[in-house]
Amino acid sequence: MELIKLDFYTQGVLSIAALIGLTSFLMLGQGRLLRLIFVFALQGLLLVLATALAGYSMENSHLYISAAITLVLKVFLIPWMLQKQVYKLNLHRDVETLKNSTAVMLGGATLVVFSYYVLHPVIQNSSVVLVNALAVGLSLVLLGMLLMISRHHAIAHVVGFMSIENGLFFAAIVSTRGMPMVVELGIAFDVLVAAILFGIFFLHISSSIDSLDVDQMNRLNEVDQ
Amino acid sequence: MIAAYLLLLMPLVGVVFFALFGHRPRIGRINIKFNAFALLMSFWLALNVHKSGTLVSEGLYFLVDSFNVYLIVLTAFVGLTTSIFSAPYMRHEQQKGRLTEKRLRLYYSMYQGFMFAMYLVLTTNNMGILWVAMEAATLATVLLVSLYRTPESIEAAWKYFILCGVGIAQAMFGTVLLYYAAMQISDAENALNWTVLIENASQLNPEIMEISFVFMLVGYGTKIGLVPLHNWLPDAHSEGPTPMSAVLSGLLLNDALYAVVRNKMIVDGTTQTNIAGYLMMGFGLLSFLVAAIFLHRQQDIKRLFSYSSVEHMGLMTFAFGMGTPFSTFAALLHMTVHSLTKSAIFVTVGHAAQIAGTQQIDKIRGLIKTQPSVGWGLLIGTLAIAGFPPFGVFTSEFLVLLATMQSYPWLTPFLLLGIGLACAGLFRNIQPMVYGKRPEGQQAVEANLWPVIIHLVLVLWLGLSIPQSLSDWFNQTTILISGSAPL
Repeated sequence: MELIKLDFYTQGVLSIAALIGLTSFLMLGQGRLLRLIFVFALQGLLLVLATALAGYSMENSHLYISAAITLVLKVFLIPWMLQKQVYKLNLHRDVETLKNSTAVMLGGATLVVFSYYVLHPVIQNSSVVLVNALAVGLSLVLLGMLLMISRHHAIAHVVGFMSIENGLFFAAIVSTRGMPMVVELGIAFDVLVAAILFGIFFLHISSSIDSLDVDQMNRLNEVDQ
Repeated sequence: MIAAYLLLLMPLVGVVFFALFGHRPRIGRINIKFNAFALLMSFWLALNVHKSGTLVSEGLYFLVDSFNVYLIVLTAFVGLTTSIFSAPYMRHEQQKGRLTEKRLRLYYSMYQGFMFAMYLVLTTNNMGILWVAMEAATLATVLLVSLYRTPESIEAAWKYFILCGVGIAQAMFGTVLLYYAAMQISDAENALNWTVLIENASQLNPEIMEISFVFMLVGYGTKIGLVPLHNWLPDAHSEGPTPMSAVLSGLLLNDALYAVVRNKMIVDGTTQTNIAGYLMMGFGLLSFLVAAIFLHRQQDIKRLFSYSSVEHMGLMTFAFGMGTPFSTFAALLHMTVHSLTKSAIFVTVGHAAQIAGTQQIDKIRGLIKTQPSVGWGLLIGTLAIAGFPPFGVFTSEFLVLLATMQSYPWLTPFLLLGIGLACAGLFRNIQPMVYGKRPEGQQAVEANLWPVIIHLVLVLWLGLSIPQSLSDWFNQTTILISGSAPL
């Protein structure tokens, strides 16, 4: 397969898929919260591009609508809300030291390979774009989880959570040209409500345990004291 | 179909209404009326289905068949009885100063929001909307878990939010794969409709469907509380207000299992093997055994019963997984009796905790002397849930055992071991709480035990004789799920 010989849409989507994968790795290696949020917004922007590109090549107007929703939600609203929280809780100067960053990166790479392996059965009956897109989507989901596991900060967890959502969205857009409109609206609504709830939670957590370090949340467990 | 629309509309009105007026003194009664209306609608809907079979709305948005209509009735019923319990309970909490007016508004509003999400999960015909509603149910309840704003409750709510959110994201990936498989055979708008999927199941790509099911099982399995994805469940159940524990245990877990079974039906049609069933059996049996062991180490009464929920959900998942008509029938019966019994138990547990002023098992003592109704309620409820005859749980567990002996005899010892362990785990904790020495100055509380009595009488009735109409109903559902009749 030579990239040059493929049509414009395929080339575009493959490049965007690669870039989206890259942003996930950037998030894994980013200790500053504000930059983490910026990279997340960037990932959202790439997602908007992919959606718009799909809409353009399929001449499908409903994809433009979902591109617009993503633009508002994932590129502007949610990053803005998170940023506001960071300033409000005075966390913008904090740098989280990343433990085992080599292991985390290698783990991330393994997860990407694993995604390709899981989706291997799909390869036999589909196009190049699809296999890559689904694999990148799944690796985004897994990398988001890895981000949540490797961090101690609640805001980093939310960014991980939202980037999982991005991965799902990307897989849906490229493999099936988006979900039916009702479903997509429902998902967007859920994401919005989740974002608002996260904001409320940051306040509650920081007022009850005085920090947003989730390691402090260890009162409920099954271990004998 | 009008009944279904009204059923969905009423809680939506409730969300707005209670958000505005939820702090008024007699609001608990209005909440009861909302839920009573929903129960009436669900009866009407059940009657319609009984008369004219499966109903599908125009545009294929909603589907009501014998499987989900029985869960709708169950949901509405438990929703109603829990709201009857919740009215005096929340008044008590407010008087003790644990809740402000604002939080009371939030509580009643989100109670209706949760009921709406549950009805939507059950009535929708679209697998995507099913996911959206399932997530909405999490979002509605997450602030209720942290309603008391203690550090523990906030931790529990955060865990619930993050674990269920991430878990259910897996189910979304499964849905994307399902949609992709369905796009090959159907037009885009209808490809996620369950009715379309089940009709064309044999033409779907089996490999994609298998991968999709794995994601669905992990995703919705997080909400069912299957081990090892169960960590959020005991926390969320123990820290939230007790009416919430009752509806979470009695309804949310069932509906998540409902989602898995719906998917299993499609996958079975595609693969023509029981691969999906084997996965469910494995997860189910593991949950059943692990939870039975964990029952022995609990120090919090609500955690104790949430592990019991994990155990019973495991057993149901196992029974649905076996997939024989007999085991499916048993699982349906078990779903019903578990919901009724467990919500009754949580009601008494709520009162017991209010009497003792704590949820610590070793500080709750002598209930039967302080308030005999609560003591007896807890004791009889525990007898029922542990599977003693003549209660319904005994019947359904016995049927599951028989079905296992029929299909997988070598698994029977594991089930017997689990049932024995669970029984011991429950009674070593319950016995001192009910009979132990009564602490000085322990006072009875205002309690409405009608929900408990009604639930336990129903469970007893189901144990002694299953009414003909109900068994016909279960029969129809079993034919729908597993293809042939059990009896």
